[in-house]
Amino acid sequence: MEIDPLIFRLSIFILSIFVGYYVVWSVTPSLHTPLMSVTNAISSVIIVGAIIAGLSGNSDSVFNTSSIFGFLAIALAAINIFGGFLVTQRMLAMYKKKKKDK
Amino acid sequence: MISANLSAIFYLVSGVLFILALRGLSSPETSRQGNLFGILGMVIAITVTFLSTGNFSTGFIFVLIFILLGGSIGAFIAYRIPMTAMPELVAGFHSLVGLAAVFVAISAFINPEAFNLGTPGNIKLGSLIEMSIGAAVGAITFSGSIIAFLKLQGIMSGSPILFKGQHPLNAIILISIIVLIYLLCSTQSSNLFWILLAVSFLIGFLLIIPIGGADMPVVISMLNSYSGWAAAGIGFTLENTALIITGALVGSSGAILSYIMCKGMNRSFFNVILGGFGATEDIASTTTKEQRPVKSGNADDAAFLMKNASSVIIVPGYGMAVAQAQHALREMVDTLKKNDIKVSYAIHPVAGRMPGHMNVLLAEANVPYDEVFELEEINNDFANADVAFVIGANDVTNPVAKTDPQSPIYGMPVLDVEKCKSVLFVKRSLSPGYAGIDNDLFYKENTLMLFADAKKMTEDITKNL
Repeated sequence: MEIDPLIFRLSIFILSIFVGYYVVWSVTPSLHTPLMSVTNAISSVIIVGAIIAGLSGNSDSVFNTSSIFGFLAIALAAINIFGGFLVTQRMLAMYKKKKKDK
Repeated sequence: MISANLSAIFYLVSGVLFILALRGLSSPETSRQGNLFGILGMVIAITVTFLSTGNFSTGFIFVLIFILLGGSIGAFIAYRIPMTAMPELVAGFHSLVGLAAVFVAISAFINPEAFNLGTPGNIKLGSLIEMSIGAAVGAITFSGSIIAFLKLQGIMSGSPILFKGQHPLNAIILISIIVLIYLLCSTQSSNLFWILLAVSFLIGFLLIIPIGGADMPVVISMLNSYSGWAAAGIGFTLENTALIITGALVGSSGAILSYIMCKGMNRSFFNVILGGFGATEDIASTTTKEQRPVKSGNADDAAFLMKNASSVIIVPGYGMAVAQAQHALREMVDTLKKNDIKVSYAIHPVAGRMPGHMNVLLAEANVPYDEVFELEEINNDFANADVAFVIGANDVTNPVAKTDPQSPIYGMPVLDVEKCKSVLFVKRSLSPGYAGIDNDLFYKENTLMLFADAKKMTEDITKNL
């Protein structure tokens, strides 16, 4: 009997939770705010679903109910992706070590 | 057009890059590189999606337009936002992830053919379950984050909103969500799908209104976690590895942060979520009503004390963020350092309105991160320090948490500020902090209260140094 592909996805999911658990515990507490903004940015990889939805219209009509929701989701996710990564970059650039010579 | 197998491999690569992005945050040196890995992962995921659909018609142009539209809004916000507003920003971003998940789920429900999930009214059972869970969690994330955002912005009062029968009502709604998902999957009725979304929006709203302002670190972390689970739900629907991995990472990240925040307040997760910390306020404030003498001073006294100290520990809190005093504070510290006074910063896990809030503000003010310490690292040093400078913090320094089992904050880890030779406490008035209890520290022999706006007082001290 073949194994349902869902089981494989479930395995990836469960193992990723464990990876996430150990990786996040190793994050230094002083970087918890950048952690939140970067997780925000990466969870917007949901944009891949939005793109598929946006492209679901046919060549005669680009816009149908389904693709409009797709386009809206693309815009929302894009705000998050650009906003999330850039604000993280901006924050991380501020973390500096003590200057040795003063 | 590239094959499904090849694109699956690329999605896996982007998932791994996201893991490396989080891994980079284990130290500030590697963090910037980590962020680049994250960006690379995102670029790969988006490019592969374009290549695998192979659709470069008019629709593609519109996709690009919407990406650029959203992207420029996002970039604009990212550059303009002041660091003190970071909690609101993160809450706002969470709501967008939630709403995007809802929109993708709606789109997939209306037009399942585009996603290879069957036909309308006859969607594969597994996909429908995953889709409805993703949509429900996304909707909860959206409305919950909106409330959190409004509370943090101060548009909505930060005090808990409680009413009779709140918890039974929430319980009924949560059960009805499960029933609705079950019915939806057995009937495929689109009406039930819309009702499910409406009810989920409602519960997100109801879950967050009873939670007070200072519990926001837990709420934001929790919504962070939800946004991850919503993404994972959609990831299962779309059979997309990148989305499943990311969802799991973000979900566990948010859950761990909530746990750390709850531990920082010595409260159980359910205690916070059920809300109403303010409910204990009446008892606490009546028992400690009697007037006790306090010593108050001015900037001159404070400057004198610090000038004669050899080591100073700064304890910042939410008040520093409100007064935007971080830059003034750093200038004061610079002056102290010129006088060969050793200065370090002590950060309580729940100081501020989100995890790591104080660290970001200090970093913004050019405070080197190796002068900033966590509670466990620095707590023993208070006994050897000459002056503790408490700026905008309150409950996290209250010794009552160690001494009075009756106190609502009993057992909460606190900074041992009272062990310092002298304590300078910048505060606008004697009013109790968020927990609604009096701080014993105000009345200690060695405490000097500095009643003023945090920023102004810090500037005045610098002048007097």
